[in-house]
Amino acid sequence: MGIQVAMTVNGKAVNADVEPRTLLVDFLRQHLGLTGTHVGCDTAQCGACTVHLDGNAVKSCNMIVAQAEGAEVLTIEGLATDDGTMHPMQAAFKECHGLQCGFCTPGMVLSAIDLVQRYPQADEKTIREELDGNMCRCTGYHNIVKAVQQGAAAMSN
Amino acid sequence: MGAIDSSQFAGIGQPVLRKEDYRFLTGAGRYTDDVNERRQTYAYFLRSPYAHANVRSIDTSRAQAAPGVVAVFTGADLTGVNGLPCGWLITSTDGTPMKEPPHPVLAQGKVRHAGDQVALVIAESVLEAKDAAELIDVDYDVLPAVVTGPDALKPGAPQIHEQAPGNKCYTWALGDKAAVDAAFGKAAHITKLDIINNRLVPNAIEPRCALASYDRHDESYTLYVANQNPHVERLLMTAFVLGLPEHKVRVIAPDVGGGFGSKIYLYAEETAMVWASKKVNRTIKWVAERSEAFLTDAHGRDHVTHAELALDANGKFLAMRVHTTANMGAYLSTFASCIPTILYATLLAGQYTTPLIYCEVTAAFTNTAPVDAYRGAGRPEATFVVERLVHQAAVDMGIAQDEIRRRNFIRTFPYQTPVALMYDTGNYDATLDEGMKIADVAGFPARKAEAKQRGKLRGIGYSAYIEACGLAPSNVAGALGARAGLFEAGEVRVHPTGSVTVFTGSHSHGQGHETTFAQIVAAKLGIPVENIAVVHGDTGRVPFGMGTYGSRSLAVGGTAIIKAVEKVIAKGKKIAAHLLEAAETDIEFKDGKFTVGGTDRSKAFAEISLAAYVPHNYPLAELEPGLDETAFYDPTNFTYPAGTHICEVEIDPETGVVDVVNFSACDDFGNIINPMIVEGQVHGGVAQGIGQALLENCVYDLESGQLLTGSYMDYAIPRAHDVPSFKVGTKVTPCTHNPLGAKGCGEAGAIGAPAAVMNAVHDALSAVGVTRIDMPASPHRVWQAIHQTTQSAHA
Repeated sequence: MGIQVAMTVNGKAVNADVEPRTLLVDFLRQHLGLTGTHVGCDTAQCGACTVHLDGNAVKSCNMIVAQAEGAEVLTIEGLATDDGTMHPMQAAFKECHGLQCGFCTPGMVLSAIDLVQRYPQADEKTIREELDGNMCRCTGYHNIVKAVQQGAAAMSN
Repeated sequence: MGAIDSSQFAGIGQPVLRKEDYRFLTGAGRYTDDVNERRQTYAYFLRSPYAHANVRSIDTSRAQAAPGVVAVFTGADLTGVNGLPCGWLITSTDGTPMKEPPHPVLAQGKVRHAGDQVALVIAESVLEAKDAAELIDVDYDVLPAVVTGPDALKPGAPQIHEQAPGNKCYTWALGDKAAVDAAFGKAAHITKLDIINNRLVPNAIEPRCALASYDRHDESYTLYVANQNPHVERLLMTAFVLGLPEHKVRVIAPDVGGGFGSKIYLYAEETAMVWASKKVNRTIKWVAERSEAFLTDAHGRDHVTHAELALDANGKFLAMRVHTTANMGAYLSTFASCIPTILYATLLAGQYTTPLIYCEVTAAFTNTAPVDAYRGAGRPEATFVVERLVHQAAVDMGIAQDEIRRRNFIRTFPYQTPVALMYDTGNYDATLDEGMKIADVAGFPARKAEAKQRGKLRGIGYSAYIEACGLAPSNVAGALGARAGLFEAGEVRVHPTGSVTVFTGSHSHGQGHETTFAQIVAAKLGIPVENIAVVHGDTGRVPFGMGTYGSRSLAVGGTAIIKAVEKVIAKGKKIAAHLLEAAETDIEFKDGKFTVGGTDRSKAFAEISLAAYVPHNYPLAELEPGLDETAFYDPTNFTYPAGTHICEVEIDPETGVVDVVNFSACDDFGNIINPMIVEGQVHGGVAQGIGQALLENCVYDLESGQLLTGSYMDYAIPRAHDVPSFKVGTKVTPCTHNPLGAKGCGEAGAIGAPAAVMNAVHDALSAVGVTRIDMPASPHRVWQAIHQTTQSAHA
């Protein structure tokens, strides 16, 4: 009944036998135990499940795991360096108080990095529009926008 | 940078970076759905597709035989299980208790809202549970449905509960009606408004979820659940519903991804799962899908109100008269009954000296999800009534918006309102003045003129709100119908090496207690924040506490911790006196040192803690070893955060789009421990308030009772581009009755913002003759209102 999938997740080769209708997010959370990627909705709106697939932000609740066959997947767990030093965007979220309950945060950080890769000089309006696919109910976005600006500056250094 | 966070600013009032952030930012948070047990099973709840129906029969035989199915339960299986209780008794004006019809854990012969839970399927996987649920045959006899409060109270409306004739839960009133009516008779001016406070869905981004286990080893249960008050959850579940021994149930609310009220309550799902975990002797996991959350999380607001304000010729408020119909939904949720009464009518004085107020509230059952507290809970509804009335009265009488407020501000404290509350302190001129400065009100006319040149309608709106927080003095709440205490508990456990673990009965689901509470303990004990860990959310570890809601955590929970710290210091002085061979009364404690007054002889905090646990040289005859103190704190009054929010909007008359171009807030939360966290709370609350005013609306079909706004594609919570950056400031009048002087900040944004936004919208639209727009002021509504007004002007 199962299918074989193989991919690279956070720099490590993984393979597994999964039910064909398994979503990428469920594969990450349940098969690999990478529970930093969250599920907040069932219509691909909230963005809590955002990961990077071959360097681009995608909603992992909106993909069958087989679609990620052979891909490079990056989750929030793979962002800090091996010694635990946070990525500049993670650090900026902390320094700007860009998170409260933390549930949207992994997706928000991964979207923010993707955003900055595409718009290194993004202004506030661009940041707000580009974060359309990531919902936060706690922060009112004020400090998230500040964090993305600060993280962008740090990433360019 | 890195895993160890060193904060050099430990003191009270400093923006200490949060201790909890590293785990959240690196994927190491542990939310309920991240917890897994060996051989766990998965629950799926089959829900009613109808808003109102009798259940003739349920046939689960095909589902029972489906692959992977462990068990299928329906209401018929739940023998000995009671309904879910309501924690607040409201008494009607005729002296009768509110109607409390049964709130079954699984449907008993009838379903009363779309999404009502009918059966519980437990299987080896979620997919197998879902597949099996499709094989359950339910024979429904569909009944007519009613979804609004006013419709439910009409003669001939479908009857939802036999115990509640006419669908009426209660009619409750506060105030002297005859005196109010007499004052209206003498008024120079009366402003009248019809107000709809739109129904909202809280929408914490983490959906509700639970993991329930039974352990045959010691006949105990463990429930992980996304919840704001695990002890309350356990008490209600064990004592009122399942009849289990309280001490054999452990409830853990680990990291929780936002609550906003919706995770206060005891829900059917986790109750059924705890019950079933023993039946199947397996761990059971359930995670709500977002669609389920829309259908079954307790909703908020949903008031229909007629309000009147009587004024004298100088714009002085003489009296207020308010009639509200509140929608309770299909069942009474845990605290539903007190929201449109105790937490609403008591706030109608606002910041003003209105001497006479009468409020009458009728609560109705409808075929909708239960309605309960959502961020602000009653106080946003009250603020909206008061501040819309004040705005309109100023317009009617040609008085400036700030001036009419100044003419009526309370300036002497303590102040006894005509609606039961005693404000301890405040300075409403200060927050209004500062709010106007932050908002650059002086520059508004120029900005308005500039906007007009671009074809935009610009408006400004004020909201001078007050809230009653720090819930609550237990005896007062009890006299008002509360069936629970409202104290908080804190334990300060000093370890032999001098590091400290703080156990609090309040709960953090985004508020940052692990940092704020560590700051107050650090400041008091003179030890670094890094040496303090804060534990919450586990009935197996923390003393019995009431959890987090009503902006209570710091004012009540923080005070309990301070009381426990004071006990630690008092005991430490006794130990130090012994070691330093001095009189206890001569020992001073400052900056982490116990010193003999006037000398340089001292003992560090860690030396005292070590002596307490290695009591070789210790006054054992009169003092117990150890350094671990618990305190329970019951507040003597509510706290009264207040402030002024000022909103500026620009409306495009061509599209009806309302753009919030400026939002300024000056709040008085009393003393502030961590301004960074406080500002974050304001930002989030304001965004939810803007959401209510402009975007969010929970809509049920009037005929079928189906939820029409059941996903993020139909229900608009604010996204980043829907809100601006905010300008916030504070003024401080310390709370007079708790040692921290703290009032609470969690709900202020959601309380103040909706009226500020809607007053701005009305101000902007007054230029084109529009006089009434209900929330949410969506482009569709605004465009229609502009065009209807224009058409009638041309007719």
